[in-house]
Amino acid sequence: MTELKLARPRSQWADVWAQFRHHKGAMAALVLLIVLMVFVLIGPLVWRTDPNFIEPNTAKMFKLRNLGPSWAHPLGTDQLGRDMLARMMFGGRISLAVGAVAMMVALFIGTTIGVLAGYFRRLDSWLMRLTDLFLALPLLPLLLVMMFLFRDAISGVLGPRLGTFILIVTAIGVTSWMQAARVVRGEVLALKEREFVLAAKSIGTPARRIILRHILTNVLSPVLVAATLGIAAAIITESVLSFLGLGFPPDFPTWGRLLFDGIDSIRTYPERIVWPGIAISLTVLAVNYIGDGLRDALDPRIRGR
Amino acid sequence: MLDAGPQPLVQVSDLKMYFPIHTGLLRKHTGDVKAVDGVSFSINQGETLGLVGESGCGKSTVGRALLRLYEPTAGKVVIDGQDVASLTPEALRQKRPTMQMVFQDPQASLNPRMTVADIIGEPLLEHANLDEQGRLRRIYELMDQVGLNRSFANRYPYAFSGGQRQRIGIARALALNPKFIVCDEPIAALDVSIQAQVVNLLEDLQTRLGLTYLFISHDLSMVRHIADRVAVMYLGRIAELSPRDALYARPLHPYAEALLSAVNEPDPNRARRQRIILKGDVPSPANPPKGCNFCTRCPKVFDLCRTIKPDLIQAEPGRFVACHLYSNTNAGPTGTQAPISDNQQGVSQ
Repeated sequence: MTELKLARPRSQWADVWAQFRHHKGAMAALVLLIVLMVFVLIGPLVWRTDPNFIEPNTAKMFKLRNLGPSWAHPLGTDQLGRDMLARMMFGGRISLAVGAVAMMVALFIGTTIGVLAGYFRRLDSWLMRLTDLFLALPLLPLLLVMMFLFRDAISGVLGPRLGTFILIVTAIGVTSWMQAARVVRGEVLALKEREFVLAAKSIGTPARRIILRHILTNVLSPVLVAATLGIAAAIITESVLSFLGLGFPPDFPTWGRLLFDGIDSIRTYPERIVWPGIAISLTVLAVNYIGDGLRDALDPRIRGR
Repeated sequence: MLDAGPQPLVQVSDLKMYFPIHTGLLRKHTGDVKAVDGVSFSINQGETLGLVGESGCGKSTVGRALLRLYEPTAGKVVIDGQDVASLTPEALRQKRPTMQMVFQDPQASLNPRMTVADIIGEPLLEHANLDEQGRLRRIYELMDQVGLNRSFANRYPYAFSGGQRQRIGIARALALNPKFIVCDEPIAALDVSIQAQVVNLLEDLQTRLGLTYLFISHDLSMVRHIADRVAVMYLGRIAELSPRDALYARPLHPYAEALLSAVNEPDPNRARRQRIILKGDVPSPANPPKGCNFCTRCPKVFDLCRTIKPDLIQAEPGRFVACHLYSNTNAGPTGTQAPISDNQQGVSQ
């Protein structure tokens, strides 16, 4: 018997990439996101200014405050004479990391609860009431209380930076999974009545593998949309927390913290909130467009048309 | 028939499938939709039983309850010596390979995100202990069997026509060498030229692999073509169960008579059949009539029909009818011969 081979003329991911490239908006967004990533990851290696450096000499420090753009400080300096470009770069690292990780936490919780509620009728009412409960909670006060109560305790164990990061990511994750759960549940309810799920049952596929093989692959599109929106929402929520002064420590720049610091002098130095504002908006826009392109590319029915 | 013919592979006795109705604020259980209400039949090894009836009469529910895709409310379904209706989940999983299903809508029964090879390979992955090479060999073998080009293995279902999709569905059902296949209106979603191809493929596979079919359809001419015996269902109950030729030549039950009179005769020179037009609508299965289910529309109805449900009894050798016209307690006006009061396979209802 000759060796049989399943001819794979092009791998599935090659098809996905080919379709993704057709989406002009998504490609532009991908380039934009890569530029942003390079800016925050590689930028600090090139622009070697300490974002927290404050001139110790008070007289010099006063001269360095609130400068406009110059060659020494391309984005100017803030009210303590710190370099804005360096602060933007370091702030972006935190903001992007918080956005990505918090989105993953929220998505994991949301998808798990949505799939369980949609697939197992017995769990449905309990899990959906839990979702309603979370939706009914006023989230911002809840977040503030969580930060207020646990920040010091966690910082004591894990250090101020890592501790705050984990706390913020968890707090955002557990307060923003509800939309994803609802969307996924609805989708699963429709999917599990489809005949291919019935066919899998008639084959004798156990429920866990039906979920993994048939349900999860088909809820991919709504999950991806929720994910891209989730990144945006997480970055903004982190900004809000930092903006309200309950996020990362004050000497620790994030885009939200930069906004918060700039708001005092919005009339005299508007550029100081314009830079982080633009950065946040561009990230959110880029991620949304990428999600859009990815959703189209992952659907075999749209692919190849 | 009991001792003469081959041993029945599938034996269904008094199968009931009720779907509960919950109403009101407290979701109280206020009634049942009696989709299948006491159905008994048997299918012999290598035989095709056609199951016909109008939309909503419970044909598909019978098929799905038989494979326990629904949990039957009551009754026994003995397939190849084991009562499927009462197996434990793990035993049922072990039993699954003997019984498979071909679904109605080939578009909906294939996962749009899996390739053909993955779809056909899923049952092998679940039950057969094969390595990747062996699985691939079997997938190609199955694709050859149903007449699909091997080079299609990596394509997705959307790229295929309805007939090809149904072939994929058939290949998946064949993967584990089943003995019994429920064909749940496998041709209803296909156009006429493709219907013939698929039905011929099913027949061909039956002769080669010795399969036993329950062929559910509302297409009476197709059932005439493929089935050995035909069961006519009305409102969750079997009205008549007869050998094909006898049924099509001379239906006994008034409903079967009316249903068959609707079949078009392709030859215009033949005498046009007298059409029997039934009046009224099918009663709701949530609230079926007290007596015979067909008594509200039957042209030959008489008093007894409205009070007592007729059992499925043998009216002529090999022919079973659920109608008071043929019961010996009250031989109706058209009762042709003395009915033999013998329930099929001795099952009491």
